[in-house]
Amino acid sequence: MQGQAMFQLTGASFAHDDQLVLHDISLEIRDGEKVALVGPSGAGKSTLLSLLWKQQPDAVALCPQESGLVDLLSTYQNIYMGGLSRFSTLYNLINLIRPWAVRREEVARVARTLGIEDKLWNSPDQLSGGQRQRVALGRALYRNKSIFMGDEPVSSLDPEQGEQLLMHVLQQHTTAIVAIHSPELAAKHFDRIIALKDGRIFGDWQAAELDLSTLETVYQDA
Amino acid sequence: MGGKSVSLAKGEKSKAEKPKGKKSTGARFRDLSLWFVLVAIVSLFFADIFLYQPDPWEEFTRIGWGMVTPFWPDANELLMSALHTVSFALLGVAVSAALGVLLAIWFHWRVVRVFSAVIRSVHEIFWGLLFMQVFGLSALTGLLAIIIPFAGIFAKVFSDIFHQQSSATVDTLAGSSRLSRFFYGWIPQAWPAMGSYIRYRFECALRSSAILGFIGLPTLGFHLETAFRQGDYSEAAAVFWVFLLLIGSVRLWFYKKLLPAYLLGAVFLLPETPPVNASFVWQFFTQDLWPNPLLNGDLPGAMSWYGNVLADEVGPALIQTIAITQAALVLSGVMALAWYPFASRWLVGRYYWVGRFKLLVLRSVPELMLAYLFMLLFGPSALPAIFALALHNGGLIAFLLANHSQDASSQQRLDSPSGLARYFYQDLPQRYPAFLALLFYRWEVIMRESAMMGVLGIATLGFYVDSAFEEIRFDKAFFLILVAAALNVIVDSLSRRLRRAAGLKTPRM
Repeated sequence: MQGQAMFQLTGASFAHDDQLVLHDISLEIRDGEKVALVGPSGAGKSTLLSLLWKQQPDAVALCPQESGLVDLLSTYQNIYMGGLSRFSTLYNLINLIRPWAVRREEVARVARTLGIEDKLWNSPDQLSGGQRQRVALGRALYRNKSIFMGDEPVSSLDPEQGEQLLMHVLQQHTTAIVAIHSPELAAKHFDRIIALKDGRIFGDWQAAELDLSTLETVYQDA
Repeated sequence: MGGKSVSLAKGEKSKAEKPKGKKSTGARFRDLSLWFVLVAIVSLFFADIFLYQPDPWEEFTRIGWGMVTPFWPDANELLMSALHTVSFALLGVAVSAALGVLLAIWFHWRVVRVFSAVIRSVHEIFWGLLFMQVFGLSALTGLLAIIIPFAGIFAKVFSDIFHQQSSATVDTLAGSSRLSRFFYGWIPQAWPAMGSYIRYRFECALRSSAILGFIGLPTLGFHLETAFRQGDYSEAAAVFWVFLLLIGSVRLWFYKKLLPAYLLGAVFLLPETPPVNASFVWQFFTQDLWPNPLLNGDLPGAMSWYGNVLADEVGPALIQTIAITQAALVLSGVMALAWYPFASRWLVGRYYWVGRFKLLVLRSVPELMLAYLFMLLFGPSALPAIFALALHNGGLIAFLLANHSQDASSQQRLDSPSGLARYFYQDLPQRYPAFLALLFYRWEVIMRESAMMGVLGIATLGFYVDSAFEEIRFDKAFFLILVAAALNVIVDSLSRRLRRAAGLKTPRM
């Protein structure tokens, strides 16, 4: 089921404000892989995601940590933003004044799978943290891309709902790279797990051949 | 967290109708904005927006030609008036900032707050016209005209700045006197913020100082007005460019360490003030400024005096002043939103400096100068006032919004949309609360300026003030100034209430 290489890094390093965030990262991610990025906070997961994103910006549905929700626009518009690149500028501007009926249907369908259909005409600043995260997920889903990249995309949801939504998102995309906090979720729903620590690759396993205790060593201090 | 279960079912008929309920923030801002637009449109029916000049294009080409062929016969004269402009501004800001600090220390007293609100509600030009009657065209007149309103503004802003500081430092000084708490705690702590506001205010003072020339003081505005009036547009342009250069180069010639030397120099440079006759001044403020019937205790006479002024002057003047203000406010907003993207690197890319330069020029030119220019084109109707106010204030707000937009760009998502979609879907909605706050903040200023612009012959309050002074009817002029002040205090408090009701923060200037 795995196809050609979609993302490739060879010896990549990345510095932010003169501080090295990623050291000498080499990896390849193939079409069809579901990859979980794990590691303590500050390990460089978000930076790695943005490096990978830059290789395929047009093919990726992105769900970053800074959700980028626009508080003055409705939930509908915030989800619709995922589809901006599919339509002409004029079409998008008219939609801003008067949402197109077809798009309302589509966006409502996305919102229904996320359990926020009744919030479609509220603005994000009227929503709870968990609901806001669902809107951000909605924007990514509405992009209709084959690759999903998420940075802790279900961190504000309760575990059960989070897991269900994660499954849904993984099922909707052929390839996925998701930074995720919980080792259990990573092992259960992904094919491959890449662990980062202090800006380096600590481990790169197929989920099938990994037991949780190995994974937990990532979070232990050296 | 919302207790909704996650349903993955597909294909049901969607229920995407808009529910009734609490309005979203976006909808509230939209409705508020639409109300202001509606009021502005209605205002246009009341404002005198006719074209009195039959052929604006001919004048336009002459002015345009003048702008590119600046010429001044006597460089010395121009230099002196530039130095006068700087001297008034320097001394004015130095004294008013000191007074402002004192007022801010006792700003918790209602009487101080009201006093500050009243003195800042009267425009520099009106103060100038008033003091001119007793002190003539002297340094004292110019300085008082700047110091008095600026002290009121400093008092308010400094008090706001003190409130924004953490109280940790001052808590350690508990038990000491209010004055020591301020001079050892609040002021040193707030000094950086105060310093940057004083610098901004100095730029405003340069504008005020320049336009005081329009009523005769020996600053750049005097030569500008004279040249304009004589239709010598090359000379007018020379003054205009010198003024822009002066404002644009403050950074280059202003050294903090040399401030005492500058102040001393300013004292020597300013024109001399002739000796003041104290009894004459006393009579002016206690007798001349008040209507005779009131002084004589003739209440019915006083009533009919006030009634006449209200009906003949105040009524029509208020209608024009308010109509121009509301139209200019909305046009400023439209201009700001249309211009700011062109000055934000994040929105237009590397040519953003072109837009930035344009906005810097617009916000540097005082409204009165712009209005004078437009008046030559359109005649003395409301049009020049509206355009001038909208250009200056729109430019100023756009400049600040462009800064906000660039500052926020580092927090934007990697996959932000591009082009117009970026502006309309992302940046504009994100900037809108700050935009509204800034616009409401400028409301009071626009009102002050539109009242003042009457001195050019546009039929706002300033026109009647100016005419009353010319007829030596000081009592009437003073009453009209009080009306302008009251109007300003009302708009100020209205704006504050509106900002609070809309949940808008005090804008970052």
